Amino acid sequence: MSMRKQLCKCAVALIIAHMPGVSLADEHPRLGVVASVEDIANVDLAINRDGAGLPPGRGSVAEGAIIYQARCAYCHGSDGQARGLEIVGGIGSLASEVPVKTVGSYWPYAATLFDYTRRSMPYDAPQSLSNNEVYSVVAYMLALNNIIDEEKVVSDETLAGIQMPNRDGFRYDDELE
Amino acid sequence: MTAARRSNSSVRQDSRASDVHVAAGGLLHRRHLLVGGASAIAASMPSGAAISAPDTPSWMLAPGSEPPPYGTPSPHEMRVARHILQFYLDRAPEFRISGTPLEALDGTLTPNGLHFETHHSGVPAIDPSSHRLYLYGLVSRNVSFGVEDLLRYPQTTTTCFIECSGNSFFNTMPEPSDRPCGAIHGLVSCSEWSGVPLGLLLDEAGLSDGARWLVVSGADSNAYSRSIPLSKARDNIFVALHQNGERIRPEQGYPMRLVIPGWEASAQVKWLHSIKVTAEPGFTRDETSRYSDLRANGAADLFTFTMGVKSVITRPAPGGVAAHRGYNEISGLAWSGHGRIARVEVSADRGASWAEAVLQEPVLPLSLTRFRAPWRWNGQPAVLMSRAVDSAGNIQPTHDAWRERYASNTRYHYNAVQAWQIEANGEARNVYA
Repeated sequence: MSMRKQLCKCAVALIIAHMPGVSLADEHPRLGVVASVEDIANVDLAINRDGAGLPPGRGSVAEGAIIYQARCAYCHGSDGQARGLEIVGGIGSLASEVPVKTVGSYWPYAATLFDYTRRSMPYDAPQSLSNNEVYSVVAYMLALNNIIDEEKVVSDETLAGIQMPNRDGFRYDDELE
Repeated sequence: MTAARRSNSSVRQDSRASDVHVAAGGLLHRRHLLVGGASAIAASMPSGAAISAPDTPSWMLAPGSEPPPYGTPSPHEMRVARHILQFYLDRAPEFRISGTPLEALDGTLTPNGLHFETHHSGVPAIDPSSHRLYLYGLVSRNVSFGVEDLLRYPQTTTTCFIECSGNSFFNTMPEPSDRPCGAIHGLVSCSEWSGVPLGLLLDEAGLSDGARWLVVSGADSNAYSRSIPLSKARDNIFVALHQNGERIRPEQGYPMRLVIPGWEASAQVKWLHSIKVTAEPGFTRDETSRYSDLRANGAADLFTFTMGVKSVITRPAPGGVAAHRGYNEISGLAWSGHGRIARVEVSADRGASWAEAVLQEPVLPLSLTRFRAPWRWNGQPAVLMSRAVDSAGNIQPTHDAWRERYASNTRYHYNAVQAWQIEANGEARNVYA
């Protein structure tokens, strides 16, 4: 390559680098380090609505009742209907004058119950329940709302298949994607 | 000036021969903004009397103190503080909402210590040396970044408002609240934010086929989580490290948070900890059970990210400056998540007539915009309102029009016109109009 051509190339590169809106992606420091499978397993709490990401485990309504009364009832009420923090009731009320939004009446996906209970609850000690305990509490909340029978065992294989009453109650703008 | 000096009585302050009215109820032409202010001051001085010289103040008679290493407001201004609401005092006392005292501020930028803040499980005490941002999912390689790493990346700076989608929720209640202006509308603030464009970090991880959404989580004890469409991440999202020049504060997400200009604050995850690249939204609890907008017909809207056009008069306003008989400068804030503020109109007669307010330059997109309008109040009952229009042509709805759209307990995205009733003593009171 001639000196002249090289100079031209340099000049063009300089101009592009200083044009507004031109990506400098190739020039940034690239300081990210590869995260190991273990690292990601530690931080990844996200559960998809189809159940992807649910850890192996299972829980019963009966066990959930015991855990719920010990760890959850203080805020949500022993019947799950503490005012302002209701998790039970309101099914069919959404179009009424006084809609009551609860796990039973409003939440679209059962898998989200595991996601949220594991990451955020109990409020005073999140991530302190074992996976089986979370499944049990989730089963109890679903039973309190009459969405599952008291005998039902909830597991990583069955949770996402439980249909919530308000599954089709939401809409969003596809153009966002 | 001569005319002003002659006017000794308050009756003469109610109107002037030189007044140019542009709407009913005493709204004046914009030329009165500075001229009117000057003559109002002159009018309040005793006619022809000299002001007696006061004793020399003590602070002029001895050297002052040394300024502290990190400055604080004057002790005389300590009452200017965030309005704090606690909903679950008995069960979750950490959960509180702090509103910017809009009625006590001027200009458009919010002091860092007065920026509104909300959270769901208290403010975490994060050691930045132990904090990392993880990027994983539908990417070529899972990567993580330390705080010091991100400080070495190319930075971008943007001034923008951040507003909680629950801002002004008191006005969704059946009866108007008598709280101060900032307790009602103060979940909006405006800062200059600096940080790393998110697209730069996504490029480094490399996106895989099918990548459409980002499921983002924070490092608070709630592991707060929200989904954001990837298309937006390519637009103007950045990982903020600095606010108004200094490192962002703990309640703003230290050591890092997302900033998404124009979008609801709840999507701008604080204490940013992980971003999972996915094919579809996470439908997390905080974007389905919460921060979704239930309509009157029982269906709910998800992912209503953009904050609507909105305005509020901050002077006179409840909890702040009262109206004075005679000349007043009406002052307020307007903003829109759709772009710039194009126009703000002000009414002094409950919306029967309107006058265009003056916008303080520069009018920045997706930022708080200060408006002002000169007003001469005759002491009679008045209702002040402001109505903003943005560069996309959106206009604020009336309270009733907003109310009709949503379920009775929907508390998000209230952006209706605010009306302040001016009482006989000049104090402003919240009314629905």
